[in-house]
Amino acid sequence: MIRVELPYHLRTLARVGYDVQLQVPAPVTPRSILDALEAAYPMLRGTIRDHTTQIRRPFLRFFACGQDFSHSPPDAPLPEPVTTGSEPFLIVGAIAGG
Amino acid sequence: MSGVRVLVGTKKGAFILNSDAKRQRWDVSGPHFAGWEVYHLKGSPVDPNRLYCSQSSGWFGQIIQRSSDGGKTWEQPGTAPGEPTKAPDGMPKAESNKFAYDTSAKPLTTHMWYDGTQHPWEFKRVWHIEPSLTDPNTAYAGVEDAAIFRTTDGAKTWHELPGLRGHQSGPKWQPGAGGMCLHTILLDPKDPGRIYIAISAAGAFRSDDAGKTWRPINRGLRSDFMPEPTAEVGHCVHRIALHPSRPNTLFMQKHWDVMRSDDAGDTWREVSGNLPTDFGFPIDVHAHEPETVYVVPIKSDSEHYPPDGKLRVYRSRSGGGEWEPLTKGLPQSDCYVNVLREAMAVDRLPSCGVYFGTTGGQIYCSPDGGDNWSPIVRDLPAVYSVEVQTLP
Repeated sequence: MIRVELPYHLRTLARVGYDVQLQVPAPVTPRSILDALEAAYPMLRGTIRDHTTQIRRPFLRFFACGQDFSHSPPDAPLPEPVTTGSEPFLIVGAIAGG
Repeated sequence: MSGVRVLVGTKKGAFILNSDAKRQRWDVSGPHFAGWEVYHLKGSPVDPNRLYCSQSSGWFGQIIQRSSDGGKTWEQPGTAPGEPTKAPDGMPKAESNKFAYDTSAKPLTTHMWYDGTQHPWEFKRVWHIEPSLTDPNTAYAGVEDAAIFRTTDGAKTWHELPGLRGHQSGPKWQPGAGGMCLHTILLDPKDPGRIYIAISAAGAFRSDDAGKTWRPINRGLRSDFMPEPTAEVGHCVHRIALHPSRPNTLFMQKHWDVMRSDDAGDTWREVSGNLPTDFGFPIDVHAHEPETVYVVPIKSDSEHYPPDGKLRVYRSRSGGGEWEPLTKGLPQSDCYVNVLREAMAVDRLPSCGVYFGTTGGQIYCSPDGGDNWSPIVRDLPAVYSVEVQTLP
């Protein structure tokens, strides 16, 4: 199972806890994780990436295993600890605003 | 009539205020969607328990929420968790928060940017939701960048009415300080085909065929910030209001100037009269007196607070021109809040109630048409919108 950690407001929107566990078919990539996440929680569609262009919303970032995957190709494979579920895939909101 | 329900959108969530017809004791519910910006929420005239809410965030975009029990519980219309998210043809199902501009016919791709260059249309948020007068599952949404959308399935899916942008004057539309927003939608209760909308800063438009085609209705407006002050489009209209018994008579609070039309917007004349300043944002009409109009004068376009630190609603009983200040119960010193365009409403009780919210978080109510005011709540987040439902 893949573990995904969501920012607070998306947890309340999806009515889930701190992290979400997902079945994601190989290869595990940012795109395949987001596809699985949105399939399980349709209310999140459009909140992380644009409905039409699938481009990441500008105030969100993707991290895993201490690396920044925000600007990586969406189909680039993620590190093995993410695929095994030992490390989470982090969706992080920018610390900004009032 | 048993009471009123006040629907309040704020910078950090929605609040719902309930009272009986006396409007003296209030039950406050909220924040709903805590931490999110709620630009607007409004109830269906057909089914008062059906509410629509625009919830948005600079981080996470646009969400539409719907309630079927007067705001006690909410849902996002669309695919429930666990249901297939793809239609039988393999296409992803549209969800309630999807607002995609129509590019099928005469795509209009750019509008004027602040610096005069052309800029692509980009969806940002829903400013206003106007439920249908006849069908609880039909509603209209005014969005930024300016366009009008409609749902006929209770907000599950939204489709643009592309004739508005198809008018092709879009390259002359430009954003105001708050963005290029379509903020006002008025449905004519006597003519189901007639819709009025207003855009900052493009002006007012009218459709006589239920939103298929549109034409600007800005003759008589003058905006000195424009190279051509009386141009057909480009005016920063802040709000339009009408009385249901006289839908051809419109009242407008423009960037500067309070205006009136008696021919469904074909022509306008200024009725600012003796107002201390004719800059402001909201305007509304008394529930039972079609010639009684309310505005909240604001000092200027660069000083968004009341003149002299005195919060005063101005009332005209003559359809404009002659105005009287209403001050009883409102702060008359050191008050520097603003009242935004969506933040005033009236109820339809026999003694008409008038309500407005401030950027300082106060909601004021006058149960007697403006003569006396008192705060319902004092310390909400900055108030974006106020709507009132008169409950049976």
